[in-house]
Amino acid sequence: MTGAADAPPLEVRGLVKRYGRLTAVAGVDLTVGAGDVYGYLGPNGAGKTTSLRMMLGLITPTAGTVRLFGRDPQQTVRALDGVAGFVEAPTFYPYLTARRNLELLAAWDGHGARTRIDQALQTVELTDRAGDKVGGYSHGMRQRLGIAAALLRDPKLMLLDEPATGLDPAGMRDMRLLVKRLAEEGMTVLLSSHLLAEVEELCNRVAIVRSGAIVYEGEIAALKRGAGTFYRLRTSDDERALAVCSAQAGVTDVRLARGHVEFTADEQAVALLSQALVESGALISELAPQTVTLEDLFFSLTEGDGRLAAAPPPAGELVGPE
Amino acid sequence: MSTAVAATRRWAAAPGVATVYRWELFKLRHQKRTYLGLGVSILVPVLFVIAVHIRRHHMHGGDFAFSDYVDKSGLAIPLVILLFGAIWLFPLIAALVAGDIFASEDHNGTLKTVLTRSLERWQLFCGKTLAAVTYAIVAILLCGTVGVVAGSLQSGFNPLQSLSGTIVSAPRATELVYFSLLIYLIPITAIVCIGLLLSTVTHNSAAAVVGTLMASLVFQLLGILPGLGALQPYLLSTQFNAWQGLLRTPIDWTPIIRAVWICAIYGLTSLGCAFIVFLRRDVAGG
Repeated sequence: MTGAADAPPLEVRGLVKRYGRLTAVAGVDLTVGAGDVYGYLGPNGAGKTTSLRMMLGLITPTAGTVRLFGRDPQQTVRALDGVAGFVEAPTFYPYLTARRNLELLAAWDGHGARTRIDQALQTVELTDRAGDKVGGYSHGMRQRLGIAAALLRDPKLMLLDEPATGLDPAGMRDMRLLVKRLAEEGMTVLLSSHLLAEVEELCNRVAIVRSGAIVYEGEIAALKRGAGTFYRLRTSDDERALAVCSAQAGVTDVRLARGHVEFTADEQAVALLSQALVESGALISELAPQTVTLEDLFFSLTEGDGRLAAAPPPAGELVGPE
Repeated sequence: MSTAVAATRRWAAAPGVATVYRWELFKLRHQKRTYLGLGVSILVPVLFVIAVHIRRHHMHGGDFAFSDYVDKSGLAIPLVILLFGAIWLFPLIAALVAGDIFASEDHNGTLKTVLTRSLERWQLFCGKTLAAVTYAIVAILLCGTVGVVAGSLQSGFNPLQSLSGTIVSAPRATELVYFSLLIYLIPITAIVCIGLLLSTVTHNSAAAVVGTLMASLVFQLLGILPGLGALQPYLLSTQFNAWQGLLRTPIDWTPIIRAVWICAIYGLTSLGCAFIVFLRRDVAGG
C-alpha cells in the first residue's frame, strides 16, 4: 500500500470509538501538515490517548478514518513507515538493557534501524547508561529511551503522548528542548499533552478536545487573536462600574468576576469608558488589558462557555458542541 | 552484488517471522521462568534416579508400565518419567512459557511498543508461537536426555523389555526412547496451544499458566470418572500415553495416529482462536 505523495502526515476524519454505551472519542477531525508541531490538548479522560491509539493502529475505530501519509494503519503496519512515537509511558522489557531493547526494536523495524542506535542514544543522552537494565531506569530515563526508540525509525511524523508527564522540572525542560530540536530539524510532531505552557511554547497548531470531541482546531495564534483583548477593571464600586460598562458603547462581554469587572473593548472605547466611570463616581483603582494565554482559552473551551474563544478568525475552526 | 548479499539485505530490510522467533528466543534466554522450567526438567529425572538408588533394595515393582525395569535398565527411567509427568509436570513446564509469552507483553506494557514497529500482528503471533513450541521441545528432550544419562549411570545401559515382553537391545531401546519423546511432544504441543490461547485471552500470565494446568487436570479427571469410558480415547490426557505404542512388538500405530489427529483438533482450535483474538484485539492497555 502506498500513500499519496502530497498526502498530509496525519489526517483524521470522523473518528469515533465507543465502548458499549461509553463514547470515548466522538467524531474527531484533524489534519497535521508537514512541519507542524501540533498540540493535541484536552483534560484527562477527554479521549486523547484513545485517539492516538487509533492513529497508530492499536485500536480499531468504531467509525471514521485515519490516514498516515495517505495510508490506513488499520490495513497494514506498513502504514506506520516514517511514523513513530508512543502512547502513555513508553515501555520496554525490564530484564533487558536499554541497548538490547533498542536492538530488539531495531530488528523489528528493519530498514537499517540498527545503524541508528548509537545516534539515538546520543541524542537522548543515554549512551553512558545503555548497558543498564531498563528495570532500573527512572521514569525520566524511560521517557528519553522512548524518544530514542522512536528515532530508530527515522520518522517523518512523531506522535508523542504526554512526553513530559511525571518528569521533574529539569526533565521537562530537557524533553521540551528535545522536541523543539526535532521540530527544527523538520520533523512533524503531534504532541498530546495537558501541559499548556509546553504546548504554547512548542506548537504552532492545536486541537482542543473535550469529552471526546474537538472543540477547536487551528493555529494557536489565530485562537488567541480571535479571543480579542479583554480588560480587567477594579473600582471603588463594582456594581456601579458594571452598570456603566454595560451601558457604554463599544464595550462588550461585560461580566462581574471575583472582585473585578471584565469586558472586551478596543482602546478608544476604553478611553471613553474611563471618563464615564469617573463621572459616575466609581473611582478606578485598576484598568488594564489582559493577555489571553492558551490556558485561559483552554479552560474557556473545556470547562467554560467558550466565551474567550468566541470569535476566532477563519484560520482556526471553532467547533460547536454537538 | 551477489545474490546471497542481496538476499541478506532484503532480509535485513524486512523483518518477519524469523526475526520475531530469533528475538523471542533471546528474550526467553533472559527470563527466570525459562530456567525454572528447564531446571525442573533436569531436576526431576535426577531426583527420580536418586530415589531409585536409595530404594533399590526395597523395590518390588509396581503396577505401571516399566516399573519393574527401572532397576534393571536405565532406559526405563525416562519412560517412567514420561508416564507420570503427563499428569501435571510436563503440562506445567510447557505452560510456564506458553501461558506467559503473550500475557507478559500486557504485563510489561510492551504490546503497544512492539505493535507500532514494522511487524504485522500475524508475524508477531507466529514468531511467539514458534518460540513457545521450541521451549517445550527443548524441555522435553532435555528431561529425556537427563533421564537416559542418569538412568544409565544408576541402572546401566542395558537392554529393555518391551511392553510386549520382548527384549530390545540398548541402542534400539535408546532410539525408541527418543521416538517416544517425539510422540510425547504431540500432546505437549496441544497443551502449548491451550496455553497460548489463555495467554492471549486473559492477558494475565499467572491466570494463563494456572488455567492451562487446570485444563490438563480436568482432562485427567474426565478420564477417571465412571461412565465416561467412551470419551477416554478422545481426551487430550489419553494422548500422553500414545508413545507406548512404540514400545510394543510390533509397533502399535493406532494410538499414535489417533494422538496426531485428536491433538491437532485441540491444538489447532486453540491456536486458531488465539490467532483471531490476537489479531482483532484492541490494545487499549499494555
